[in-house]
Amino acid sequence: MGKVKPGPLARRPDNSAFKQQRLPAWSPMLTANTVLPFFYFMALICMLLGVWLLLTVQSTEELKLDYTEAGTCNLCFEKRKNVSNAAQPCICTAVFNIKKAFKGDVFFYYGLINFHQNLRRYMDSRDDAQMVGRKNNLKSPSSYCMPFDKNKNGVPIAPCGAVANSIFNDSFTLSYMASSGSVHVPLLRKGISWYTDKNIKYRNPSTENMTLPQVFEGTAPPLYWQKPVYDLDPLDKNNNGFINDDLIVWMREAAFPNFKKLYGVLHRANKPFVNGLPAGNYSVEISYNFPVQYFRGRKEVVLTTLTWFGGQNHFLPIAYLVTSCLIQLIAILLTVFWFKFGKNGQNMEE
Amino acid sequence: MVTARKVKMTVPKDIPEKWFPLILPLKRNKQKGLNGATSKKKRTEEERKVRANDREYNEKFQYASNCIMTSKYNIVTFLPVNLFEQFQEVANTYFLFLLILQLIPQISSLSWFTTIVPLALVLSITAVKDATDDYFRHKSDSQVNNRQSQVLIRGSLQNEKWMNVRVGDIIKLENNQFVAADLLLLSSSEPHGLCYIETAELDGESNMKVRQSVSVTSELGDQNNLASFDGEVVCEPPNNKLDRFCGTLYWRDKKYTLSNQNMLLRGCVLRNTEACYGLVIFAGPDTKLMQNSGRTKFKRTSIDRLMNTLVLWIFGFLVCMGVILAVGNAVWEREVGFLFQSYLPWDPPVDNFLFSAFLSFWSYVIILNTVVPISLYVSVEVIRLGHSYFINWDQQMFCSQCNTPAEARTTTLNEELGQVEYIFSDKTGTLTQNIMSFNKCSINGQTYGEGSDPLGPQPKRLDFTPFNPLADPDFCFYDDTLLEAVKVGDTHTHKFFRLLSLCHTVMSEEKSEGELLYKAQSPDEGALVTAARNFGFVFRSRTPGTITTTEMGRSVTYTLLAILDFNNIRKRMSVIVRNPEGRICLYCKGADTVLLERLHPCNQELMNITSDHLNEYAADGLRTLALAYRDLSEDEWEAWSERHRSAAKAANCREDRLAATYEQIEQDMVLLGATAIEDKLQEGVPETIAVLSLANIKIWILTGDKQETAVNIGYSCKMLTDDMTEVFIISGHTVQSVRQDLRRARDRMIEMSRTRDGKEEGVEGCFMGNGFREGQGDSRGGEKQLQCPPPPPPPSNLMDNISGEFALVINGHSLAHALEADMETEFVSTACACKAVICCRVTPLQKAQVVEMIKKHKKAVTLAIGDGANDVSMIKSAHIGVGISGQEGIQAVLASDYSFSQFRFLQRLLLVHGRWSYLRMCRFLCYFFYKNFAFTMVHFWFGFYCGFSAQTVYDQYFITLYNIVYTSLPVLAMGIFDQDVPDQRSLEYPKLYEPGQLNLLFNKREFFICIAQGIYTSVVLFFIPCAILSDATQSTGVPLADYQTFAVTTATALVIVVSVQIALDTGFWTVINHVFVWGSLGLYFSIMLALQSQTLFGIFPNQFHFVGSAQSTLLQPVVWLTIALATAICIVPVLAFRFLKVDLKPQLSDTVRYTQLVRQKKRKPAGRSVGGAWRGVGSVSEGRLGARGSSRRSGYAFAHTEGFGELITSGKNMRLSSLAMATFASRHSSSWIDTLRRKKHSHTNTPPSASGESSPAPSCVSGSIPPLSNSSSVLCGSQDAPIEEETGAAPDTQTASTSSTQNPPAPAPASEAADGSAQTLNAGVLTPAALRSQGGDSSGGWTISLGAVQEALLRWKGRASASNSPVKLAE
Repeated sequence: MGKVKPGPLARRPDNSAFKQQRLPAWSPMLTANTVLPFFYFMALICMLLGVWLLLTVQSTEELKLDYTEAGTCNLCFEKRKNVSNAAQPCICTAVFNIKKAFKGDVFFYYGLINFHQNLRRYMDSRDDAQMVGRKNNLKSPSSYCMPFDKNKNGVPIAPCGAVANSIFNDSFTLSYMASSGSVHVPLLRKGISWYTDKNIKYRNPSTENMTLPQVFEGTAPPLYWQKPVYDLDPLDKNNNGFINDDLIVWMREAAFPNFKKLYGVLHRANKPFVNGLPAGNYSVEISYNFPVQYFRGRKEVVLTTLTWFGGQNHFLPIAYLVTSCLIQLIAILLTVFWFKFGKNGQNMEE
Repeated sequence: MVTARKVKMTVPKDIPEKWFPLILPLKRNKQKGLNGATSKKKRTEEERKVRANDREYNEKFQYASNCIMTSKYNIVTFLPVNLFEQFQEVANTYFLFLLILQLIPQISSLSWFTTIVPLALVLSITAVKDATDDYFRHKSDSQVNNRQSQVLIRGSLQNEKWMNVRVGDIIKLENNQFVAADLLLLSSSEPHGLCYIETAELDGESNMKVRQSVSVTSELGDQNNLASFDGEVVCEPPNNKLDRFCGTLYWRDKKYTLSNQNMLLRGCVLRNTEACYGLVIFAGPDTKLMQNSGRTKFKRTSIDRLMNTLVLWIFGFLVCMGVILAVGNAVWEREVGFLFQSYLPWDPPVDNFLFSAFLSFWSYVIILNTVVPISLYVSVEVIRLGHSYFINWDQQMFCSQCNTPAEARTTTLNEELGQVEYIFSDKTGTLTQNIMSFNKCSINGQTYGEGSDPLGPQPKRLDFTPFNPLADPDFCFYDDTLLEAVKVGDTHTHKFFRLLSLCHTVMSEEKSEGELLYKAQSPDEGALVTAARNFGFVFRSRTPGTITTTEMGRSVTYTLLAILDFNNIRKRMSVIVRNPEGRICLYCKGADTVLLERLHPCNQELMNITSDHLNEYAADGLRTLALAYRDLSEDEWEAWSERHRSAAKAANCREDRLAATYEQIEQDMVLLGATAIEDKLQEGVPETIAVLSLANIKIWILTGDKQETAVNIGYSCKMLTDDMTEVFIISGHTVQSVRQDLRRARDRMIEMSRTRDGKEEGVEGCFMGNGFREGQGDSRGGEKQLQCPPPPPPPSNLMDNISGEFALVINGHSLAHALEADMETEFVSTACACKAVICCRVTPLQKAQVVEMIKKHKKAVTLAIGDGANDVSMIKSAHIGVGISGQEGIQAVLASDYSFSQFRFLQRLLLVHGRWSYLRMCRFLCYFFYKNFAFTMVHFWFGFYCGFSAQTVYDQYFITLYNIVYTSLPVLAMGIFDQDVPDQRSLEYPKLYEPGQLNLLFNKREFFICIAQGIYTSVVLFFIPCAILSDATQSTGVPLADYQTFAVTTATALVIVVSVQIALDTGFWTVINHVFVWGSLGLYFSIMLALQSQTLFGIFPNQFHFVGSAQSTLLQPVVWLTIALATAICIVPVLAFRFLKVDLKPQLSDTVRYTQLVRQKKRKPAGRSVGGAWRGVGSVSEGRLGARGSSRRSGYAFAHTEGFGELITSGKNMRLSSLAMATFASRHSSSWIDTLRRKKHSHTNTPPSASGESSPAPSCVSGSIPPLSNSSSVLCGSQDAPIEEETGAAPDTQTASTSSTQNPPAPAPASEAADGSAQTLNAGVLTPAALRSQGGDSSGGWTISLGAVQEALLRWKGRASASNSPVKLAE
């Protein structure tokens, strides 16, 4: 505080703009000149965006098939009601019809209704350290995983926790009933998860020349699993363990109780699927494992084509259009008020 | 620690010694500091026995030692006590509770660090602050405690620290030393055991006072005798009455009565006395000074209190939310969760849905606690700290003369500065500099000493040294014509200054040749004698019988024949001297009212001119005196002196007879002229008061000074004006008379305002046709009428609508009655209806009581400003205490919350800093509650989707950092730097201060608006992303409805929305704001990316499981569309609402801003308004000079106490060395002080009418200060217009003013008359003037009965209509 300064002004505060609160500043004010044009401009922007989004959404196709009790799945549904039958396989078929061809990439989702992946204790019930391949955590899972950390025999569960335990284990085979007979619709089952999940968040414990089963020796599969974690994808050895795509997809918890998760993408290499799914009848063969009656849930299959912002998402364009209209309305009202009462700041006349 | 033992004795509970400083803070609400301890003791101590020089004996009573302690902690106790204190704050305890909750795993929905980090931060910041405060208290305590004093121990003087002085010790004081404790004066180096003290620290009076020891002890003389002195004093227990002491001294089997006259109180300074000895009676906390210092209270601002209430409400709200969600949880667990158990079994202790709901309630309490984040308290403190620094840094509050910057000594009260409604000001040293300067004089009809015109070039200060080597170099005078007149040898001028050099009771001290030092008993006299000295009539020395002067370089010795002393009734003093040539002359100076009556008739013409001059001086707020002389023949003198002697010897009615003899000789005098002394106000006081009252702040003066002085200052600082409708004086001595006075005043006010309103209606009817009544007065009148509907409402309501300007002057003893419980309301309602209130002769404690009373009854924010120790109690009890760091010591400053060195800085402190602080704090709070509701309530909505499981929407790091990092800096920047209008505008438009007083910017309503806005935002922020994301996918087909994407999207939208909102709220974008707002956004993204990076996840996979979410989410266009949409929906209504508000119902600040922005070029030059307002005040009063009645104020009457004449002639105050007149002096040695006291007592009771000070103003002018009541008048800025308009008024108006100038018959210049008339008419009350011109003006009293007023008015109207040329009549 300038104590070195000699003389009578020794304790005088510095004359800096900051200390004297005289910093150059911009003091904006809400005047009609700025606010009204801004409102009209906003309305216009929202309108344009809305229209554009709406047009984009119009070009998508979507099909939802609730197969909980559809077709022959009714039987499986009944069967799964009984816990004692849990281990018994049950395969059923549901058929559906596509009236208009799905052009372009077609995505195959499974959806669950009323399944709460977003419960606090459910979400906490996992061990990311285990899933990233920490050896310690593999054998002694975090306490967060309770009661799914160890099985009845005290063997640690890998992957532990309620999330992994409740993995969605239905599998689907889609067939196109072409005139020439049933054609298997090829689905790409890989590359359906986030890059970071697949490459960073989930890693198998380092193998060091051991096979995956050896690595997981001394651990038990989650209680509800039929297969151990190292044997999830019998077709692709590299898709097993914690880096299995289906597991990763499941482990990314949904924010809301009704959600869909990606199951596969149409492989468009061969005819007749080069341009997407042609119109016609399809059947989906489901290995019906996942019981939903416990929580009054539903299961569904969703087939959709996508725009750059997702599937048939009508809310977004409509929200923009409605917002645009409201802003427009407000802008007009403001203009009227301003014109009638406050023009040229007449309320501020001297 | 002696004190500690004392407490142990008096407090029955056995409290360990070391806990003593500790228990005090806990009893903060009841009593504080050591006073607490002593007040407890009061119960036990009924009388105090002190034996001199006997420590063992005195030890038995365990009186408090002289050590004072105002600090709260020591090093050991600091941590526990401070923590204990801090956890007494509800908020801190609450957060501690939350922390404990979070440690329970079943409940914990957030990690413990979300709470502990901010909590630790808050606790440590507060602790550091408390520690610093206490450190300074320790320092100042030890500084005082370690002062040295000389104690007589076993016959020898030893230096002891103050704190080691014990009751019963005899200590020696030397000249200019502070008195260390309350002492009984035993003996002094001066004759008769006299000693002089200055009590400025104690009661603010800077006059010197005389104390005398009991005669037996005064003879003790030297140390040896004193060492063997073993008298015992039995006296009253410690109390806070400064002017009372009763006790008895037992010595050598005799009893001597002791009174206050024998006491030297702590805080006084010994003056003009070489040394004295005193016996310590009360020490340390028992001293009257400490007893008067009032109790310290923990000051809180009203915003603080409001905030606490709101926080409680929010807790209530929180509990409600918790209950709702818990019920939801119960239902959900029963309906869904129960079934979902195969996937997620209930936690072990949970066995049914009710228990789960119970846990869920606490979990939600944890999650939702962020509605009242602990960072609120930190931020508030930081903002206040910033504001305090700005106060400290303000160059415009730096006084370069005394090299003192303003200082905010507490950092907790800043925004309260923006809400002040009442200012209680001390007078001496605060409003005035306590410097009297001889400013003008009128000699033989010629006026000298032109007032320094602030606009004109600074006239040259006269240099007296070449003319007079004895001149006082500090004396300032600017009119060289007077010096010329002296040099030329003008007889009148010479007589004038000779009178000044002879007629006084000043004592001189000449250390070396020519180095004269005057010891004046009142500063007025000092100024006059100094003036005479500089103009060549140097008073050199005096003996009881002679006065030696140097007149124009020639040494002359006058024989002093008699001093006709001053008293309050006589209001004059005379001396009768015989000059070397043998001629006897009586010189008299006194209040003009009394003096002009006693002049020789031949003086008529001169008297008229001098009268005019006196009026002029009085109008400038100067204290005037008239001077006259009379040549006496030897016979006359002989005859009179015979009569005088017999009167002096008279046994009964001595005083009356003396006064009668004085009266006889003070006749047929020849007028010499008049003097005008300026009781120098501090710089800019009237301006400041004018500006502050424009800002609707009521100013009360509370002073220990005499009524006349106080009233005089009231006039000179324009608090009282001659335009006031009426000034009430309340000086009753009994409850009944005070009550009567108050009632009368109130009735008068109601009647006056009723007649006034009625009259205005009438007047309006008359003049409407002319379009005459336009301008401010009109609008005001109109308002008043609207406020007062025709059927008069009951008095209680009426009191609020009093129109007209009243002032109240109340005396200390009346105040004592008025402050009694049953009269308090009456007093408050009367006093608050007055525009100005002056309380005089009040004790320090009364000052505090007045403040407390206003606090209690008015619920208004009060500010007390003072400079002396006598103001400490008031400073402490007011909401805000301001100390003037002047010459009067530092007690006031130490007790104050703010200190600076000039009263005028108050306007900047309040109108600029206070206003800004309030504004900033309000905006800060509004925004803060908004942003936290927007943030937290999202969890509530999410609860309905996540099974009420207390899952948070955001990442826990976001929750931790949201309040302390992401959103704290912009709002802090706004809270610290925001300005709605620049500082000079807030001074120009004092009305801008009003929102603060009315508490408009942040109150419960505003709070609910903020909350509602916050909740609205939270709804938007939850449901818009929810609706959009549940269907959206990445372009790779991966759905975006996963929890982490949703969390990141919502958090980002939230941060952006609140940033846009702060951008809207910020009205003053400095670089810092830009950096903080943009920086916070940048920080948000970078921290988020860092926390969700691969590296951190690699180290702590379980802590940072959001890895990669940010990258993957923020790359999605749909996420940005969502954020944009949410932002638009949140902001657009706010924007529209704000625009409408500014456009349709602009506040004054909006207008000022708008004007500044849009019309910058058209604007008149800055500073116009206030300059105009203030200049207006000056010009108006000058313009009305002619219209002034006899409201002159004589300076003499004010600062003078009688008795000094007697002292001089008796020779008592002369040093033994300078004259050997002991025998002469001892003649009435014991009586004079008694006489003095008796006299003083009787004169303070002088009824107001007898004081004849000033009569009510002739006209009541509401327009003297432009009201600035609305924006239009503000922006007009100048008052030329209305005045010009009114100049062309009907002749009737001219008569009003001219008739009122009748009394001093000098014709008023036309423009002045017009001016005056404008004002007169404006106010609509011509009556007092008219009354005086009609009926005798002799009354001079303050009150005029209503009947007379009305009668006069009627007569006046009649006359005005009858004769069309009353101007001539008047002339």
